[in-house]
Amino acid sequence: MIKFQNISKSYGHSIVLDDISFEIKQGEFVVLIGPSGCGKTTTLKTINRLIEPNKGKIFINGKDITKVNPVELRRTIGYVIQQIGLFPNMTVEQNIAVVPKLLKYPKPKWQEIVHNLLELVDMPYEEFAHKYPSELSGGQQQRIGVLRALAASPPIVLMDEPFGALDPITRDSLQEEVKHLQKKLKKTIVFVTHDMEEALRMADTIVFMNRGKIIQMASPEELLQNPADPIIKSFMGRHMENENNAPKLLAEDFMRTKVLKVPKTSHTLECIELMSRRDVNSLIVLNDDDTYAGTVTIEAIKAHGKAGREISELLSEDAVTIHRKEDARQAFDKLLASSSNYVIVLNDNRTVAGLITRTSMAKALGEALWGEMKS
Amino acid sequence: MNFLDFIAGNYIDIQLSLLRHIELVGISVLIGMMIAIPVGIFLSRHKRMSGPVLAVAGTIQTIPGLVMLGFALILFGIGRLPALVVLSLYAILPILHNTFTGITQVDQSYIEAGRGIGMTSRQILYKVELPLAMSSIISGIRISTVYIVSWSTLAGLIGAGGLGDLIWTGLSSYNSNYILAGAVPSAILAFAFSGLIGLLQRMLMPRGLRGVRV
Ligand SMILES: Nc1ncnc2c1ncn2[C@@H]1O[C@H](COP(=O)(O)OP(=O)(O)OP(=O)(O)O)[C@@H](O)[C@H]1O
Ligand SMILES: [Mg+2]
Repeated sequence: MIKFQNISKSYGHSIVLDDISFEIKQGEFVVLIGPSGCGKTTTLKTINRLIEPNKGKIFINGKDITKVNPVELRRTIGYVIQQIGLFPNMTVEQNIAVVPKLLKYPKPKWQEIVHNLLELVDMPYEEFAHKYPSELSGGQQQRIGVLRALAASPPIVLMDEPFGALDPITRDSLQEEVKHLQKKLKKTIVFVTHDMEEALRMADTIVFMNRGKIIQMASPEELLQNPADPIIKSFMGRHMENENNAPKLLAEDFMRTKVLKVPKTSHTLECIELMSRRDVNSLIVLNDDDTYAGTVTIEAIKAHGKAGREISELLSEDAVTIHRKEDARQAFDKLLASSSNYVIVLNDNRTVAGLITRTSMAKALGEALWGEMKS
Repeated sequence: MNFLDFIAGNYIDIQLSLLRHIELVGISVLIGMMIAIPVGIFLSRHKRMSGPVLAVAGTIQTIPGLVMLGFALILFGIGRLPALVVLSLYAILPILHNTFTGITQVDQSYIEAGRGIGMTSRQILYKVELPLAMSSIISGIRISTVYIVSWSTLAGLIGAGGLGDLIWTGLSSYNSNYILAGAVPSAILAFAFSGLIGLLQRMLMPRGLRGVRV
């Protein structure tokens, strides 16, 4: 979908991009990562022609982008920046509607877009549409920043360290939301970060850059298992085994893999029955393609469920999730910080790998202190 | 004769001078705006030219008003025209300066966001830069207006009318009532304009910008 062909860029004598070629597929979540100054932002900005390369060509859907008017090109490519850049003189609604208005959408159409998008991120229209950016929290502002980029349904969205300035908890939930939106809306996303954690969690493909060159382009697993260069290893730091070869503990090392999962289409009665039989008070709910959809609790069913209805209506997405390759430490921190009794461990394709419960955590800590324990 | 009696006696004259004065100020600030705002916008797009242009404008500002009026008198003769030319020139600098800095100080991230989502540079100007610079531009207009209210009193010297007339009459005939009748209203006028424009500035400021750094 996006094809870089021998792209080079230099300022005076300093070469910023050095003959870069790679291809991004439709619907792919590509993360550009690398040390500061390696050319990530420059690469990103060549896609919407905020920066023109000195050499090489970029094709979007086979079309050379220099043949497209840059202003029109940018209206078909969403753009989110770290500084957020919501226009402070415009309300949330006006900010989101900027591009649809530039494209001369009629008022009812852009209003509907604003409504739908705000709903998508759980920010009720009545409450937020007429607020100004200065009246929102940082996380809320960047949610609107993301919605502004999505408003004219661009097939491609570029994001330059969009969560870099947010606190860890807000960043976590925005990462989830963006990943979720990307899947749901089937966007192609090019995302810049220098946080390996974030890259591993979000990416379908990671492009590791150094000094204007691509060092490795691979899936997160591949990158973890076969880093092509020592600098990648050093970048992954705690995601890798340490020097003395003591294996580093990941979330997957602590999870229980036997978990109760039910499809979204299950009915309330069968879930209650299953819960009481297995003596648990919540179940993990899966989408049709086996990816994680949310959880359903016995309280929710009792409070709102009607007999014979599908549980999809009672789904909660509040449960904490974590990627299986994430540091175990992270999992524990999240578990302790949340009110829940477990965190859900996900595979790359968002299917459920397992659960880390307070019990499995205690056991792990015990093992660390007193050696292997009988299970 | 005390001052109040004097005012009562010359009420019509004073009122006429006041109106004349307001007219002088209004027209020259308006002309100043019509020149300074477009030039300020132009300079913000061509920053390399801003240094020299602002320097020239600054120099004009430092030429004493009487000297300028003298030149204008030579060039345009006596009456309102030379006064308006000189006052408009003086009105330019504060507005020009504030338009230029107001626009160039708009945070780069808004401009980058605007460009990145496909605004043309004209759209960025009208939808982002000017609204965000508005407060600074208006305060330039306010400064100009207050200056021009006081400088307009000089214009009486070359027959442009206004409160200056009263002051000069008073000075040449040692009549303090005339002087006060010109000076007091012009001081009040300066305060009134300043307050009014300040009010306008606050009214025009969108809620989202209050207390926000732009
Ligand atoms: N306009 C410019 N003129 C000269 N050099 C530039 C310019 N823009 C970027 N550079 C240089 O190009 C190199 C790459 O910049 P780029 O912004 O792409 O880095 P990055 O990978 O995004 O880094 P970071 O993680 O710090 O954001 C840097 O060394 C930078 O100093
Ligand atoms: Mg960067």
